[in-house]
Amino acid sequence: MTHRRTVLGGMLGLALAASTSGYALAQEAVKIGLILPMTGPFASTGKQIDAAVKLFLAREGAVHGGRKLEVILKDDAGNADATRRLAQELVVNDKVAVLAGFGLTPLAMATAQIATQAKVPEIVMAAATASITEASPYIVRTSFTLPQASEPMADWAAKNGIRKVFTVVTDYGPGIDAETSFAGRFKQAGGTVESVRVPLRNPDFAPFLQRVSEAKPDALFVFVPSGVGAQFMKQFVERGLDKAGVKLIGPGDVVDDDILEGIGDVALGTITTHHYSAAHDSPANKEFVAAFQKANAGMRPNFMAVGGYDGMKLVAKALEATKGDSSGDKLIAAMKGASWESVRGPVKIDPETRDIIQNIYVRKTQKVGSELHNVEFETIKDVKDPVKARK
Amino acid sequence: MRAETFESRVRQALHAGRRWHPAEIAFWCLAFAAFLLFPSQLLLLNEIAILALFALSLDLILGYAGIVSLGHAAFLGTGAYAAGLFAKHVGGDPLAGLAAGMAAAGLLGLVTSPLVLRGTDLTRLMITLGVALILYELANSLGWLTGGADGLQGVVMGPVLGLFDFDIFGRTAYLYSLCVLFTLFLVARRVVHSPFGLSLRAIRDNPLRASASGVPNARRLAAAYTIAATYAGAAGALLAQTTQFVSLDVLDFHRSADLMLVLIIGGAGYLYGGLIGAIAFKLLQDAIATFTPQYWMFWIGLFLVLFVLGGREIIHGGVKAVAGRLAGIGRGAAR
Amino acid sequence: MLTILFDGIAYGMVLFVLGCGLSVTMGLMNFVNLAHGAFAMLGGYVAVQAMQRLGVPFLASLPLAFLAAALVGVVLERLIYRPMYGKSHLDQVMFSIGLVFMAVAGTDWLMGSTQQFMHLPPWLQGRFEVAGIGIGRYRLFVIAICGLLAVSLQWGFTRTRFGSRLRAAVDDARVARGLGIPVNRLFALTFALGCGLAGLGGALGIELMGLDPSFPLKFMIYFLIVVTVGGTSSITGPFFAAMLLGVADVIGKYLVPEIGAFIIYALMVVLLITRPHGLFARVRA
Repeated sequence: MTHRRTVLGGMLGLALAASTSGYALAQEAVKIGLILPMTGPFASTGKQIDAAVKLFLAREGAVHGGRKLEVILKDDAGNADATRRLAQELVVNDKVAVLAGFGLTPLAMATAQIATQAKVPEIVMAAATASITEASPYIVRTSFTLPQASEPMADWAAKNGIRKVFTVVTDYGPGIDAETSFAGRFKQAGGTVESVRVPLRNPDFAPFLQRVSEAKPDALFVFVPSGVGAQFMKQFVERGLDKAGVKLIGPGDVVDDDILEGIGDVALGTITTHHYSAAHDSPANKEFVAAFQKANAGMRPNFMAVGGYDGMKLVAKALEATKGDSSGDKLIAAMKGASWESVRGPVKIDPETRDIIQNIYVRKTQKVGSELHNVEFETIKDVKDPVKARK
Repeated sequence: MRAETFESRVRQALHAGRRWHPAEIAFWCLAFAAFLLFPSQLLLLNEIAILALFALSLDLILGYAGIVSLGHAAFLGTGAYAAGLFAKHVGGDPLAGLAAGMAAAGLLGLVTSPLVLRGTDLTRLMITLGVALILYELANSLGWLTGGADGLQGVVMGPVLGLFDFDIFGRTAYLYSLCVLFTLFLVARRVVHSPFGLSLRAIRDNPLRASASGVPNARRLAAAYTIAATYAGAAGALLAQTTQFVSLDVLDFHRSADLMLVLIIGGAGYLYGGLIGAIAFKLLQDAIATFTPQYWMFWIGLFLVLFVLGGREIIHGGVKAVAGRLAGIGRGAAR
Repeated sequence: MLTILFDGIAYGMVLFVLGCGLSVTMGLMNFVNLAHGAFAMLGGYVAVQAMQRLGVPFLASLPLAFLAAALVGVVLERLIYRPMYGKSHLDQVMFSIGLVFMAVAGTDWLMGSTQQFMHLPPWLQGRFEVAGIGIGRYRLFVIAICGLLAVSLQWGFTRTRFGSRLRAAVDDARVARGLGIPVNRLFALTFALGCGLAGLGGALGIELMGLDPSFPLKFMIYFLIVVTVGGTSSITGPFFAAMLLGVADVIGKYLVPEIGAFIIYALMVVLLITRPHGLFARVRA
């Protein structure tokens, strides 16, 4: 059985090697276990990343460091126990060399132990709580951390005459991360902050926004999981908060590129800090966006897609560095300190924390032609995750 | 005189129920043999064993006592969090953690039983659902204790009985869960074939008549509910210990809904219903999820609808026929 | 404070329109239809699609939502619901959960998993102030429509022939049948009406509750609370239950956001314990 598979794989590899590049070596494929929420409330994350991974294989080829990358997609529906079991099965039965995906913080956390036990790198492509990479020495992140995106917002707000901010965040790991890092930094800069946390399953924002409107702050800092963002924006405008002169600010999740068109004009003027916008002005990004939209019926790539694309890039780079050696320790060693030019700008994996170092952009939501886009107007270079940097 | 014969007949019936059927022995032999037969599927088998225990728990109150519940996940979650917190703060011994999980869930069952025992089926569905939802929100908001939406981290388990460490292949996990399941099954088997079990069925079939013939309905139901809660707590504890992780998901509504599905597939009112249902459900879910990772929910839903609409008799008929044949073979061999 | 009350009322009104159909079908055939939310979702999607793809104006999309949901309701009632009436509650629950799962996954497949959005006409956007109370135009519109519906439903239920037959059938279907009331046809009609109302509620509620494929699961609890708390034998019961729920939910979250999520569940359990037969139920023998 194994024998036949090797022969088959060899033949496939040969055919590919002959057709694509000069690699003559026909080794077994490197399997990547991609675990994503493809169903349930966070399915859009899974779809973006899945599409980006496919696009990577189509654009940059499947063979790297002499090995063919083979992706096995599994759906965990955003459910941590399922993630853990799938990861375990992928390691034990499918013998994957890399685990990747992880749409939400608890999903990444649940798998950390398996990564450590099996010495398999865990590439976090989406989840954004700062502490994730501390859970296992085998976790590497290619997305972002919320403090990384939120603290620059505090700096920008303090510099631009905003003194009093009200924060509204969703009451779970990333939300609390965003709130504490923003509030901490903003208070340091001499501002005042009032906070309220919204339960994760919350159909109506009215009562929370009413509190905001009574507090009359200069700006409203918001973090809600993308998807709920639209509802939040609409109610923000419906309450007339925009006309009352309250600026809407926050990390970029609330003006997610994937749903920005659906949110509509109410998003105009929102100031956000984030690591990626589909409108990022570089030739590489323009090509990427065009290719992504062509392959996915016009769906606009968002920051999740970029995390997925760069996650694959990182695996490919590591394999090239190890010359095809897919043992976990070698791969992790090669990933530490890896740097490349991503479509979001230059990125680097911090060798100490295995977290990503990248530019954070200050953006304003504007009309570009007939479409809504987050247009970048300020760049803060090479931002590390501030929580881990302070340690 | 007549009373005496009646009593002896009841005793006989109870004894007959307690006798081991050859098919039952075959079932458990197979369950233990699965460890050797499917060495690469132990993780799935472990999940099946835990789900089976959970289903057994619901079967005790639904199938035997006739209490419907849409919030059984409350007990699963309580057991899981209790066992997880026990491992984190007290000690990593699995059996002690199991006891802690069962005790916590049992206590919750005892406390909530007066709420559940009143009202109609619909009220019961709603109250059980409400209790489960409140617990979910509680676990979510007590972030300092439970880890909130990030899940309970840092659960480290010691070896079972000080000998067998949990491994990544799920070997220890499966045998441990299976042994717990088997032990609790034996207890449940004894309970349902006791006069107590009989009185529960009497209440289920005709509460008025049961209380007229001197059965203390409320107290019996409360006891059954507490026992079932303890069982669900055990399932939760096993889940927490074998995955060494607890997330809010253990309290989620879909756990309770899936569990109903399991019992519907397997059939309620006999102890093997939950076990067979758990096997069928997990295999089905696994097969469909592999086949179509995005839309397995659709097929599960379709299956449910068709099943309730009329497929059940066919499947159960088939199961009974096979069981009958197996029994025949068993008897033949015994002779 | 009054603004919050106003918001809560609007929210409760939508819940009422969503839930009242369920309460009538439950009362009439004693059928636990957890898939009620799927009809609401259908209505919401129809309205959004009609507006986006076909350019139907907002006001015209609402009746479309109603009709689509009602039509699908009638067809499904005929084909698959009818055999379920005689079965146990448990079977009905399982059956309708199956339908919910199918609706969720099917919608995901057809429409994608992203949130759907409604673009309101300008005259419904924004808010104005009356005596210091901020009033959202859309919320006022919702209250007006739902209030009108509630009044006409109540009138139809208590004053028309259809209503009296319906009440007779709810009270005792067998006797009603014996008296020559076509209970089955009555039920099909009521079912369609209930589904249509759900569809309308789904369309009206997009702005307040959002709309994505998991809608029927997310809001199932809310409908059930309206029905169980409100009881199933009248229109007023679910109406006041929905109001109570909406207002308590919104005010609770406003005053004590820390425990916001608990309030409605706690309220439900307390009400069910103190009034196990519903808020205004007549105690039946």
